[in-house]
Amino acid sequence: MIALDSYSILWADLVALKRRWPRYLITTLISPVLYLVAFGWGLGRGINLNGTSYLEFVVPGIIALTAMTTSFNGAGTRLNVDRLFYKSFDECLMAPIKLHSLLLGKALIGVVRGIISSVAFLVVAMLIAPTIHVGPMFLLGLFITCLTFSFLGVLAALLAKSHEDMGTFASIVLLPMTFLGGTFFSLSQVPVGLKYALYLLPLTHASLWLRAAALNQSLPWASLLVLLVFFVAFMGSALIAVRKMSI
Amino acid sequence: MSKLMIEISGLSKEYSGKKVVDGLSLSVDQGELFGFLGPNGAGKTTTIRILTTLTKPTSGRVLINGFDVVENTASVKAEFGIVQQHLSLNRDLTIAENLELHARLHHLTPDDRKKRIAELLDYVELTDHADYLVDDVSGGMKRRAMIARALIPRPKLLFLDEPTVGLDAQTRRKVWDLIRKMNNDGATVFLTTHYIEEAEALCRRAGIIHHGKLIALGQPLDLRKKIGMIAVEMQSNGNGTQYRYFPDRAKASEFIQGLPGTEKVMMRESNLEDVFIELTGQKVLGDQR
Repeated sequence: MIALDSYSILWADLVALKRRWPRYLITTLISPVLYLVAFGWGLGRGINLNGTSYLEFVVPGIIALTAMTTSFNGAGTRLNVDRLFYKSFDECLMAPIKLHSLLLGKALIGVVRGIISSVAFLVVAMLIAPTIHVGPMFLLGLFITCLTFSFLGVLAALLAKSHEDMGTFASIVLLPMTFLGGTFFSLSQVPVGLKYALYLLPLTHASLWLRAAALNQSLPWASLLVLLVFFVAFMGSALIAVRKMSI
Repeated sequence: MSKLMIEISGLSKEYSGKKVVDGLSLSVDQGELFGFLGPNGAGKTTTIRILTTLTKPTSGRVLINGFDVVENTASVKAEFGIVQQHLSLNRDLTIAENLELHARLHHLTPDDRKKRIAELLDYVELTDHADYLVDDVSGGMKRRAMIARALIPRPKLLFLDEPTVGLDAQTRRKVWDLIRKMNNDGATVFLTTHYIEEAEALCRRAGIIHHGKLIALGQPLDLRKKIGMIAVEMQSNGNGTQYRYFPDRAKASEFIQGLPGTEKVMMRESNLEDVFIELTGQKVLGDQR
């Protein structure tokens, strides 16, 4: 029943996405392609990191970044609009379904959007960096990254009191992660103190896992575990937040 | 003795120490069309949110068809449909898709979904607009679509929270017809409104809420009888409009004849607005007496 109810919630968002998917696909590719051009080709041309070209190094980082932003926005912005603008979230709260089914359904649209965007970028990136390896471990990491940041989006949307709050949250939390989460540089290049601080960011672990999987390096299982811990924490907090909404 | 669909006893809701609903007690029979009247901010919507499980009460108890709204949330949710005061349709979907989403959430089988949606679109006369996006139809159509959506699970109880707010007179009458039709088809209707004529036209019984407290409860005619069936409105310079109520026209005429120099006097039948004015000193829409 949980799966069926979650799919029912997801179904509505899929219908809306299907209605405008070409526009979605184009807009979702703009940022990562610009990052690729600016950092991969522009700034990073000629840089070599431990035997890997900077282009190959940066592509998995940009994929992690794309998964983060599109999942967060796909689930969070959508829910924020449903809750505060369309006011249709109350209808879901009054429906005879469990709250965790409702939240999972709301998060899954972020996962779908995150995976579509990441795969679309991957296709573009593989044209210029064909050595990127996409195997089951890479896809597993991508899925967990999308799920984690979708639930962060759901949590933010449930806590937000206005549309501006979502923007503020993105500026305070997502923007620093974008540049500091091991996406564009190796953590071995930063001072020890900062390095430990950066390990507290979920994007750091998404970047580490996806990069290792894409470059056929030994997998950092601890990073996958940390991502799962973040996923559980965000999901649990979202559940508490939605329960508190009725007080 | 008829069975109760809604039983509210000692219901209170506080926000930051301020009582929005204050010791509310009332009951609604199965099959009844009950009007819940009051000005904006009186506590109507908060009461509905508690009755529909969206908000938890601070104290008191509410039973919906015998199920406690706090303890048996899932059972309560299966009992009712609601048309909210604000537009709450998903605007990225068509009218039919909005109904389908609701049907899915209420676990209707695919065949039943298809049949029920077609049936309800016909019921609210929106079959020709089924595939229109929500933003492409008029306000009245959106309201009718919300009514159709509320009816999807064949609810025994319907909450209508200001269902005609913002609609023109013609569309309002159309919605009234639908409300009567739903009630005649067996649904208990709990209608909140600040339109007095709406409550008088539709409701067999009404409760009036003011500052979170129930200040009157009964049949509209009985409530009018309590204050007097005839109202006299007096408009005099500087004092605004004064109201006096009388049991019959003879007594009202006698009073008017004895009035010295009042500028404008009007005699008419009293209504629920007068009941509200008499009890609170205010008009339902907020003017001071």
